[in-house]
Amino acid sequence: MTKIREDALVLRQDALLEDVFSLWIQSEAIAAQARAGQFLSLYCREGSRLLPRPISICQIDRERGQIRLVYRTVGAGTREFAACRAGDRIPVLGPLGNGFPEIDKDKSALLLGGGIGIPPMLEAARELACRKTAVLGYRDQMFLKEEFEPFGPVYVSSEDGSFGTRGNVLDAVRENGLTADVILACGPRPMLKAVKEYAAARGIECWLSLEERMACGVGACLACVCQTKDVDGHSNVHNRRVCKDGPVFRAEEVEL
Amino acid sequence: MNTRVNIAGVELKNPVMTASGTFGSGEEYSEFMDLGCLGAVVTKGVANVPWPGNPVPRIAETYGGMLNAIGLQNPGIDVFVRRDIPFLRQFDTKIIVNVCGRTTEDYVEVVERLADQPADLLEINISCPNVKEGGIAFGQDPKAVEAITREVKRHARQPVIMKLSPNVTDITVMAKAAEAGGADALSLINTLTGMKIDIHRRTFALANKTGGLSGPAIKPVAVRMVYQAAQAVRIPIIGMGGIQNGEDAVEFLLAGATAVSVGTASFHNPMAAAETVRGIEDYMRTYGIEDVNQLIGAVR
Ligand SMILES: Cc1cc2nc3c(=O)[nH]c(=O)nc-3n(C[C@H](O)[C@H](O)[C@H](O)COP(=O)(O)OP(=O)(O)OC[C@H]3O[C@@H](n4cnc5c(N)ncnc54)[C@H](O)[C@@H]3O)c2cc1C
Ligand SMILES: Cc1cc2nc3c(=O)[nH]c(=O)nc-3n(C[C@H](O)[C@H](O)[C@H](O)COP(=O)(O)O)c2cc1C
Ligand code: FES
Repeated sequence: MTKIREDALVLRQDALLEDVFSLWIQSEAIAAQARAGQFLSLYCREGSRLLPRPISICQIDRERGQIRLVYRTVGAGTREFAACRAGDRIPVLGPLGNGFPEIDKDKSALLLGGGIGIPPMLEAARELACRKTAVLGYRDQMFLKEEFEPFGPVYVSSEDGSFGTRGNVLDAVRENGLTADVILACGPRPMLKAVKEYAAARGIECWLSLEERMACGVGACLACVCQTKDVDGHSNVHNRRVCKDGPVFRAEEVEL
Repeated sequence: MNTRVNIAGVELKNPVMTASGTFGSGEEYSEFMDLGCLGAVVTKGVANVPWPGNPVPRIAETYGGMLNAIGLQNPGIDVFVRRDIPFLRQFDTKIIVNVCGRTTEDYVEVVERLADQPADLLEINISCPNVKEGGIAFGQDPKAVEAITREVKRHARQPVIMKLSPNVTDITVMAKAAEAGGADALSLINTLTGMKIDIHRRTFALANKTGGLSGPAIKPVAVRMVYQAAQAVRIPIIGMGGIQNGEDAVEFLLAGATAVSVGTASFHNPMAAAETVRGIEDYMRTYGIEDVNQLIGAVR
């Protein structure tokens, strides 16, 4: 796999919510190699913002050579991206990271997405050959939910109880008595901690997609480490790089 | 057109190298460029034993720059010698090994371990806390700078570059101390100590509270310090701090640097170091400069 750095053409951008945007970019070279669970580094045009913004791949259209990113505006960088229109170009680097594992088609998987951890689960739902159930946790406004429906059952939770189960993704899992051979999860750290415990208590194979602050995005600077149970082969200490060795890790492997 | 420069008897094909800690041992960036186009690769700091580094968050973006408190995480000299040096040897570039330590003995151990290794130069990072002197960085006390330089020189097979900390009142005092200790060359600047507070979470942006500021924001400080050091010592200087392209690099050469390092810029553009090589050549063509050495220290 080679990483591509290019000024990708923006094809379209739509607001899914007031602060959540769906961005399609053209990149044959990235789309040809990318897989679910990997991410791209997006770079700002504004020179005072040097560091890449890591954004997960939400959807890959290999035939057309297109990639979709869904992100929340939280600061100046993501606001800059949100101002992009069709025809603009955004500097990107990718595909980065390892991506989700393949799962045997006789098995079943629970795809758990919390908040802005939902987008990468969409491409996982599209790619995985196994039986899958998506559980999506929202604060108070839904996005992307219908797009999961073609790939299996979908359950939702909302923090305020305005739809689905009141609470978080695990509350929805419990309320609906859901189980599976494998859990894949992406979301805020407290959610991932709870999912890790939940899976461990039931002996379910579990993979977590982690976030950390990044500087290089390619494994060179050691900014983005996550503590590991065992000494890692590359670092020779109890640290692995989220950008290069992750972002997806076996739950038992990492200390959250 | 000649772009070759000489640092302590080692000839570099051009004056551009990578800044320690921003380029690993080159493996990750070898996907983006032929490392053989660089004058040298400077590796991440390596100690006698593995260091786990600091807790996260280890970095924060700041206006035109960034803070880092990686905490010198490294796999230790054994793994480094077994894995990283053979990797770099595949490329037609010079290898500069950056060394860190908590005591003089730590540094000496690493330097001795490198004696029979195909490393071309050693760069000694003295912005490390000196545990025996209560944690003040070696690089903030001229006596300590001279002493550690002398000690490292006594044990080193390769020429020694002392990498100076900019967190001092007068850089020329430190530059002269390193020269007096027998340094073959100087590198400057390392990062400037800074802090960022997250006003929304009302906490420090870095787990370590403070971190080192790098990137374009520090370039004028770095150019000033390179200029001052170049006036104060005879040994060659490797200049760094915010270099993003050939024009920035030329500024350091004119201020008195014999070579330059590209650091934080690689995070914004993984090809930055290679593009800096081409940028210097473009500048030379534009102004009809035959030999890059004509630029070194040309502005006084
Ligand atoms: C592997 C990975 C995948 C991600 N995928 C998505 C996604 O699909 N959709 C989405 O909306 N967000 C995603 N994020 C989070 C996203 O990177 C941040 O929201 C974004 O960088 C914020 O940039 P900003 O300039 O708007 O915010 P600012 O707060 O102004 O950013 C300042 C600095 O902090 C960094 N930063 C801020 N928040 C985060 C964060 N949560 N994680 C890592 N770095 C951060 C920025 O990159 C930048 O360097 C992902 C993060 C990682 C690590
Ligand atoms: C993430 C990061 C890690 C660094 N690690 C080291 C290191 O291990 N040893 C060292 O001597 N300097 C280290 N530095 C300092 C750089 O080599 C360089 O001196 C400084 O960043 C200024 O150059 P720049 O602005 O081009 O990055 C590090 C800098 C950064 C940003
Ligand atoms: S961001 Fe540099 S190692 Fe991960």
